[in-house]
Formats: sequence, C-alpha cells, structure tokens
Amino acid sequence: MIRLVDVRKSFGEKEIIHGVNLTVNDGETLAIIGGSGSGKSTLLKLMIGLIPPTSGEIWVGDRNIAGMEEEELDEVRLHMGMVFQYSALFDSMTVGDNVAFGLREHTALSEDEIKKVVAEKLELVGLPGAENMMPTSLSGGMKKRVSLARAIAFSPEIIFYDEPSSGLDPIMTTKIDELIMNTQKALNVTSVVVTHDMHSACRIADRIAMVVAGELVTCEPVEKFRQLKDERVREFLSAAHIV
Amino acid sequence: MTSFLEKLGAAVIRWLGLIGEVVLLVFDTFRALKKPPRIRHVVSQMAHLGVDSLPIVALTLFFTGAVMTLQIATEFIRFGAQSTIGGVVTIAICRELGPVLVGVVAAGRVGAAITAEISTMKVTEQIDALRVMATSPIGYLIVPRMLACMMMVPVLTVFGDAIGVFGGWAVATGYSGVSSLTYMNSIDVFTKAHDIVGGMIKASVFGMVIAILGCHMGLKSPDGAEGVGIATTRSVVASIIVIFMLNCFLSLILFSK
Repeated sequence: MIRLVDVRKSFGEKEIIHGVNLTVNDGETLAIIGGSGSGKSTLLKLMIGLIPPTSGEIWVGDRNIAGMEEEELDEVRLHMGMVFQYSALFDSMTVGDNVAFGLREHTALSEDEIKKVVAEKLELVGLPGAENMMPTSLSGGMKKRVSLARAIAFSPEIIFYDEPSSGLDPIMTTKIDELIMNTQKALNVTSVVVTHDMHSACRIADRIAMVVAGELVTCEPVEKFRQLKDERVREFLSAAHIV
Repeated sequence: MTSFLEKLGAAVIRWLGLIGEVVLLVFDTFRALKKPPRIRHVVSQMAHLGVDSLPIVALTLFFTGAVMTLQIATEFIRFGAQSTIGGVVTIAICRELGPVLVGVVAAGRVGAAITAEISTMKVTEQIDALRVMATSPIGYLIVPRMLACMMMVPVLTVFGDAIGVFGGWAVATGYSGVSSLTYMNSIDVFTKAHDIVGGMIKASVFGMVIAILGCHMGLKSPDGAEGVGIATTRSVVASIIVIFMLNCFLSLILFSK
C-alpha cells in the first residue's frame, strides 16, 4: 500500500504539490490524470522517492520514505518497477541487457538463469527473441514494452507508469493498455498509472485520481468518477468525448 | 558600481557553490568505493577513455618535444651546453609538459565525452532509471570512470613522455647536430625516477579532476539538447582551468627541492 499524507513539494519559491492525501491499495490499479503541468508526474516521482517532498509523509508499506537516505530508499525500490514516459532504456545496451540489468546488479543468479528470466519477461510483453536488438532500432511501442519487461524483471510489488501511451498511435495505445492489465492480473501487482489519456484511464484503472494545479481534486472508482458533477472533471471527460 | 559588485558577488557565490558540490561528489565517490566496482566496467572505461586517446597524445607530445628542442638547442649549443639538451627536455616533459598536456588532451577528449554521455543519460531519464532500479549512479557511473581516469591518464602520460623525448631526440640529432649519444647520455645524467613518478602522480590527480568534473557537469546539466552542449563546454573549460591551477601547487609540493 502507498499512502501520501499532506504531501507538499516546492521548487524554489513555487509550490507545485499542495498538501496531497492519497492512498493506493494493494493490488489495485490507480490512474492519476490531469492536464500538462498539473503535477501528476511530480506526484509519481515523489511516490518512488526520485524527489523528496518539502513536507508530509509518503508511506510505502510500513516505511515512510520521506527524508530517507538514498541507500535506505534503494531497499524500498527493490520492490518497485517503473515504466518511464520515454522508456529510458540504456541505449548502450541490448534489449536483453536492459531487461537483465536489475537481476545482474541485485541477484546472485547465474547467466543462464538470467537469460531464462529475460526471455520469459520479453515473451510476456510480446517481444519474444528481441534480446539482441538495440533500443535505437525499436519503435516507440516496442521501447515501452521493453521498459515494462525491465520493470517486471525483478518481480516488483508496485509498478509505476509515467504516461505509458504518450506518443503512441491509438492501436499501440490499446495494446499497451492491455499489457498493463495483463501484467496486473499475471503478477497481482499494485499499479499507479500517470496519464492524460482519459480513455486509457477508464479502461485500465480501478480508481481514478484527478490532479489540477497540484491539488488532488478527487479519487473515485471509475464508474463513480464518470458520474461526478465537479466542473473540472466534467471538462476533462467532455474533452475526451466520454460524456 | 553596485551592479558590478552584485554580479561579482553572484559569480563568487556560484563558484563557491560549484566547489562545494564537487567536493561533496568526491566524498560520495570515495564513499561508494566501499562497494567494490565491477572490474569489467572499470576495464571497459579504461579501454574507452585511455586506449582511444593514444594517437592524439602521441601527436601532441611528439611535436611539443620537437619544437621545444628546436627552440632551446640553438641557444644551448651557442653557450656550449649541448650536453644538457636531452636532460632539460626530458625533465621539462616528465615534470610539467607531459602531465599538463595529457591532462588538457584528456579534458578535451575524455572529459567532454563523459559529460556528453552522462548529460544525455540525464536528459533521457536513464539516470532516474538507474535510481529506480536501486543502483547508485555514483557507484555505477562515476566510480568506474574516476578509477579509469586515475589509472589511464598516468599511463598516457608515461607514453606521452617517451614520445615527447623521442620528438626532442629527432630534432636534436636530425636538425640541430647533437649526437645521439650526447642526447641519451644527458637524459641519463639529469633525469631521476622521481621526475617520472612525480609526473605520474600529477597525472593521476588530473585524471580524477577530469572524471569528477565531467561527471558533475553531466549530472547537473540543464535540460534539453542545448543543455548537453552547455554542460560539455563547461566541463572542458573547468577541467583545464583546474588542471593549470593544481599543476602549480603540485609542482611546489613534488619538485620544490
């Protein structure tokens, strides 16, 4: 479980996140939506400890990661995976080496065992046999899938997705959405998906949280979210032609 | 006047901030050595940073040794001191020119490459990806590069010293009329092991400076493609300035007696 308690984040004088309280339950998929610059990616980075909050508490399981040293955070991060907006694959390594990275760094598995896990994870994301390809030769959708394979290689309990469908065509977006849902089912992980794609959010999430100008407007199950009367929610839904 | 003082003050604060950040990074990098780096990473960096720099180091030092001999040989011969040419050239190269020029070449080639690579990694979120995978960017990226530079810049310096002395010999014997035996004998009489070792110590320190500043500028680079260019330029300029400043202090410490 992830729990944010009155989390605030400032860059210089400017406060970006204004006292957010949010809980992500075990095994659920929570979509965080909001317009560009609303602070949703910042929220995601706070949850994974990439940036520290200015104040507040961020509980991951029974540990408050706010103010933790990097070495302590690493212990928590071993249970997390992340799919980055632009995939963030190591471009000097092959696809196989990218997926194997965490296993080589943090486990005592033999190379044969690592190769087996890599092949298994690549198959799970629909890229069997792609081990020797270089990231530069992959399409945007393939990169996202490799990024997901890398994120799940270490069998995490929580997976964070930062704009998984950005820059992808509608068909690939649907495929990535299906992959997120299949991964959730197959591994029973907790998923937090930051997106501005309302259709994706409705398709994959159990609950949707909406962030506007650094404030959490609402966090409701999908069906209830669609019925909300809040003007900001209605505006977002109608822009996506959902209502 | 007030505006000038404000700008001066801001620049001083900026430089002090930079020094503080670099010192902290050095401290963190040495602390990260508690976990031994993977030999494979260090060796790969040594090959990448060191071996690839050999041709440019050879060219730089050969012509430096040659032109230095060209300048001093005529004067030394006029004063009947041709028996000291080899020794003077060798001492100058081993103590000062070798380490400094190799340092400058490495700052331009290796330091720039380190900064460009790390700042690109930062811009494309690869540094964040490392952190998310519970891997310290300091241990994974900086430690191998620092160790590689600290080992390879002295090796390049010794190689460059030899080429520089050879360049001097080529001009002394081929142009200035000094015999090969006189040149070699002069080296034997004047040069001591301390001259070479002292130069290597300097080179090792310069290697550390190049790696740390290169990594620091990369990690702190502004966002975007333009940021990569800015960081790379800053890294090279800062490394060269620090090399020249440190060289003065190191010469005082190592060769003042």
